Amino acid sequence: MAISVDEAVSTGPARDHTPPARRFGGRGRAVLEVALLAVLAVVMLFPVLWMIETSIKENRDVYAIPAKFFGFKVTLDHFKDVFVASGGGRSALSAAFLNSVVVAGVSTALATVLGVPAAWAYSRFSVKAKKDQLFFILSTRFMPPVVVVIPIFLMYRQVGLIDNKLGLILIYTAFNVPFTIWMMKGFVDEVPAEYEDAAMLDGYTRLQAFWRFTLPLLLPGIAATAVFALIFSWNEFVFAIFLTSSDSVRTAPPAIAGLIGGTTVDWGLVAAASIVFALPVLVFAYLVRKHLVAGVTLGAVRR
Amino acid sequence: MGTVAVHGLRKSFGKVQALDGVTLDVPDGSFFVVLGPSGAGKTTTLRAIAGLEKLDAGSVHLDGKDATGDSPAARDLAMVFQSYALYPRRTAYENIASPLRARRCSSSEIAAAVERMSSLLHIERLLQRRPAQMSGGEMQRVALARALVRRPRAFLMDEPLTNLDLKLRVEMRTELTRIHRSLGGTFIYVTNDQVEALSMADQVAVLKEGKVQQVGTPAEVYERPANQWVAGFVGSPPISLLPCHAEGDRLVGADGWTLPRPRWTTAEDGRPLLLGLRAEDLSVEQRGEASLPGELYGLEPLGDRTVVDVRVGTEILKVKARPTVTGTPGERLHVTVDLDRAHLFDAGTGLALSEAGR
Repeated sequence: MAISVDEAVSTGPARDHTPPARRFGGRGRAVLEVALLAVLAVVMLFPVLWMIETSIKENRDVYAIPAKFFGFKVTLDHFKDVFVASGGGRSALSAAFLNSVVVAGVSTALATVLGVPAAWAYSRFSVKAKKDQLFFILSTRFMPPVVVVIPIFLMYRQVGLIDNKLGLILIYTAFNVPFTIWMMKGFVDEVPAEYEDAAMLDGYTRLQAFWRFTLPLLLPGIAATAVFALIFSWNEFVFAIFLTSSDSVRTAPPAIAGLIGGTTVDWGLVAAASIVFALPVLVFAYLVRKHLVAGVTLGAVRR
Repeated sequence: MGTVAVHGLRKSFGKVQALDGVTLDVPDGSFFVVLGPSGAGKTTTLRAIAGLEKLDAGSVHLDGKDATGDSPAARDLAMVFQSYALYPRRTAYENIASPLRARRCSSSEIAAAVERMSSLLHIERLLQRRPAQMSGGEMQRVALARALVRRPRAFLMDEPLTNLDLKLRVEMRTELTRIHRSLGGTFIYVTNDQVEALSMADQVAVLKEGKVQQVGTPAEVYERPANQWVAGFVGSPPISLLPCHAEGDRLVGADGWTLPRPRWTTAEDGRPLLLGLRAEDLSVEQRGEASLPGELYGLEPLGDRTVVDVRVGTEILKVKARPTVTGTPGERLHVTVDLDRAHLFDAGTGLALSEAGR
C-alpha cells in the first residue's frame, strides 16, 4: 500500500518521543507555530507580492521613495508592453514566450515518446547489466548544465545548431529523457506484467499488449512526468542564454533577463513579464500535485 | 486436437535452476495436473508452454509441431493466472471478450460467446462490473470465462483456486471437473494442493526442484509412488517412513521391531530401507498378525476420523482411526500393519523398490 506523504517525509518515529519541553503546551505552542509560519510566509511571499505590485504600478510609483504599498494608481500598461511592441506589432518578449512554448512543448513530447517505451523495456525485460545502464542514464544528469555548456556550444557551432530552436529542443530532450526513464520505470513497475502476459495469450502482440493494456494505466504517471519535464524546459536558463542570441530564437528566461542591464531598467515591464512567465508553471505545478496522487494510487489494483 | 509435449526444458533465474530438464507429454483432451511444492518450477513450466518464458534449452511441441520460438499469440493457448490478471479498467464483459476481439471476431459472435460462458459459469449479473467491484471468487470465474471463451489448443491454469477460501475451492474443484467434461479440451493445471491433483486429474506429473519425479494417474502416484519424496508429498496425513532392513523372512526396524517380510520384495538382507506406511493402512483398533508395539503420542480429531500419533521407537506413525477412538498419551498399544499395501524405498537413493512381485 502506498504510504501517505506525511509518513514518507517524517524523519523518524516522532510520535514515540516525549515532547522535549512541556512549558508551552497545547494552545500556546499552536499560537507560536502559527506566528512563526506567518513570519516565514511573509518573508517568502513578499518578493512575489512586490513583483505583482510593481507590475501594476505606473513608472512614477515604481520609483517613488518612500515606496508605496497602497494607494497607487493601478495600470495594466506593463502587461500590454509584454505582448505589444512600442511601435505596434508583436513585441520581442511575446516572441520569446512563443519560443518557450515551442521549445518546452516539443522537447517534453520527444522525451515522453522516447522515455516511456525505454522505461517499459527496462521494467519488463531482462537487460544485461540493467542496473549499470540505468545508473549511466541517470549519471548524465549529474553534471550541472554550466559545466557541459561550453563543450556543447563548441559542438553545436560545428553542426550549425547555435541560435537555433532545434538545438535547444535537442539539449532539453537529452536532459529530460533520463528523468522520464527513471520516473516512468517506477510507474511501469507498479503495473503487473501479467496484464501483458494475459493480453498476449488473448492473441495480441507484445507491443499491442503494451499499447492497449499497460499504456492506459500509465497515463497519470506519464502526465506527472511530462509536467516535470515541461517545467524543466520552461525554466531552463543556462543553455538558453549560451546557445541562443537572436530575438526570434530566444526563449523567455534569457529574454526577461535581457531586460535588466541597460542604462535604465523598466522594472514594471520586468515584473509583468515575470508574472506572465511564472503563471504556466504555477498551473502545471498544481496539475503535478493532482496527477502525482493519481500516480501513487496506480498500484492499488488487486494482486 | 490439443496435445502438448515439452522436452528437456531448462531455465535458470540467476543461480536458481528453476527447470532442470522437464519432459512431459500431455495427451489430447486430458486433465493434466502438474503438482509440486512452491519453487518446484510448476509455474515456469506453464509459462514456458505459453511462450511467456525464454528457455535456456528444450523444446515445446503443440499438436506435434515445434512451437519453441513462437510468440504466445501464435500458440493458440488460453491461460488462467493465479492473480487472475483481469484488465482493471474493463468490465467483466470486455475482459471475457478480449481473446475474441484480438482475433477480430464480429460483435454478434462475441456477444453470443460471452453469453454462453457467463451462463456456464453463472456470472451473468457480473458482466457490467469492473474487477475492483468483484470478490475473489467472482474474479476467478471471470478469469476462467476469459480463458474458456475460445477453443484453443489447450487451457493452462496456474493455481487458479489458490487464492480462494476453502469452501469456494472445493466448489470450484467440482465445477472445473464438470466444465472439463462438458467442454472437452486439454487442461494443464498447476497446483501445490495434492487434493486438487488427486481429485481432478486424469494424469499427474509430480515436480520437485525443476525435475519431474513421477508421471501417472492419481491412483498410480498415490499407490505406487516412484520415490520416498513423492510418497511423502502426496497423501494426507503424510506417509510414515520407518528405517529398517530385511533379515531372512523378516523386516527388522532400526528401533528393534520386526515385521514379516512382504512377499514381493526382493531386497537383499542388510540393505538400508525405508518402510512407508500410509495412515489408512495402519490400525490401532484391530489386532492383526503384523503389528508394531508403540505408545500413544497424541490424537488429532478431524471430525470424520481421528489421526492417532503413535511413537514406535524414535519415529512417529500417523494412524487413521474412527472418530470415536480414545486413549491417554503414554498408553502402550499395538499398530496393525497392512503389509500388502506397504511401500519400501532404498534409504540411500530414496527410490521405490521394484514391486514386480506384487
